Amino acid sequence: MTKKGWKDIPIGGLIEKGGTAKEYKTGDWRTFIPVKDEAKCIDCMICWVYCPDSCIKVKDGKMTGFDLDYCKGCGICASVCPVKCISMEKEKK
Amino acid sequence: MATPKLAPFTGDEITAYAMKQIEPDVVAAYPITPQTEIVMNFSQYVADGKVSTEMIPVESEHSAMSACVGAACAGARTMTATSANGLALMWEILYIAASTRLPIVMPVVNRALSAPINIHCDHSDSMGTRDSGWLQIYCENAQEVYESIILAVKIAERADIQLPVMVCQDGFITSHAVEGVEVFEDKAVKDFIGEYKPRFSLLNVEKPVTVGPLDLQDYYFEHKRQQSEGITNALKVIPEVFKEFEKAFGKKHDFVDGYRLDDAEVAICVLSSTAGTARGVVDNLRDKGQKVGLLKPRFFRPFPREAIAKKLSHLKAVAVLDRSEAFSGEGGPLFSEVKAALYDEKSHPSVINYIFGLGGRDIFEKDIEKVYTDLLEVAGTGKIKEKIHFLGVRD
Ligand code: SF4
Ligand code: SF4
Repeated sequence: MTKKGWKDIPIGGLIEKGGTAKEYKTGDWRTFIPVKDEAKCIDCMICWVYCPDSCIKVKDGKMTGFDLDYCKGCGICASVCPVKCISMEKEKK
Repeated sequence: MATPKLAPFTGDEITAYAMKQIEPDVVAAYPITPQTEIVMNFSQYVADGKVSTEMIPVESEHSAMSACVGAACAGARTMTATSANGLALMWEILYIAASTRLPIVMPVVNRALSAPINIHCDHSDSMGTRDSGWLQIYCENAQEVYESIILAVKIAERADIQLPVMVCQDGFITSHAVEGVEVFEDKAVKDFIGEYKPRFSLLNVEKPVTVGPLDLQDYYFEHKRQQSEGITNALKVIPEVFKEFEKAFGKKHDFVDGYRLDDAEVAICVLSSTAGTARGVVDNLRDKGQKVGLLKPRFFRPFPREAIAKKLSHLKAVAVLDRSEAFSGEGGPLFSEVKAALYDEKSHPSVINYIFGLGGRDIFEKDIEKVYTDLLEVAGTGKIKEKIHFLGVRD
């Protein structure tokens, strides 16, 4: 995407629409990535409650994985999981 | 044009009165000496139902400026007022207000910064904020304070400026002394400033916006470039506001105010109330045949380089009086910039600096006479014995 010059953007850092945080994929800050052992998961949703970035994907009452566009690899899910089925692994980029 | 009404006001009282006539949508402020009477009097107007302003009594100046930023983003015409350590506590948010291009108007009652603790006048508070992106107007007396606040609203809100403005007056000297002030009709003030049309409003759900986003290597520089353009534009278009003001109220304003400079050989350049004292000294010395003059810059931001150079470049010697010390080892802030302003001229005067009045130390006519005596010596000999002086300090 070609970047605009200073004459072509609104002054003061204003963006003329809302909800723009969604377009900024903060997941690329990550060093560690959560990996789930499907067999052990009991779908208790504790990780869903605790994830600070709302990155736990859920469908029909099942924990289906992580939204890696925004998961920052903090490891909170792995820490709170009662059955320890999430491990944090170094992400290969 | 209705005749203005003459009435007694202190600098603080006339500030609150101007704010009453402007009737901003939001005022968020915290009282601090010597600005306290502004907040006190304005709160009274709010309590008495004289204005419909939403008054937010906050718990600190950091919060005051933060609330002003929020209010301005919501699309409100917004004002506050402060002094000294209060201004220092606003520091972080001052930059945010200017960079977000919010036309907030803030009377500043100049007071020394701690330590040691001192509540009296000097300009170290506002001079410290000179790179924050705010425009700065310095006022000699209550009349100038009154008119400058009304001017400031119009300047700040212009589409081609969109920057916040500080209107500075000398703590206690101006803020607490009673003077006769010619006040305009409420309606004339309202008509002059007009209805506020904000650039955007966070409350407008039809047109959602994002304010203050993360802005890294890719766009931050472009936004700073725009801000720089805003300041350059201010220099270009503020004279249009002066003209509109003159048309509405019959009063002239300019970036600088020169006094008996045309045929002068030497001059003092000084901001705010001290210019009044110096004007009297100029008249006395002129009666004795000495070719002395005075320049009082009204604006420090944007810095009116051309106007200053035009008024001073023909002189032999100029003394810049600074009511603050920049601790650069090279004199006060006004000195540095006035000297730089003259550098581009074909010929320029010798320029010396006097730091004076720190912490409210009085400056008398005899002190200013001494500066003119020194200046005439520099003009006569063409030699500067000492570049930076401390006027009125005990050895
Ligand atoms: S690592 Fe952190 S951000 Fe990623 S899913 Fe787990 S709790 Fe959420
Ligand atoms: S906390 Fe552990 S067991 Fe519970 S849903 Fe998340 S991954 Fe599955």
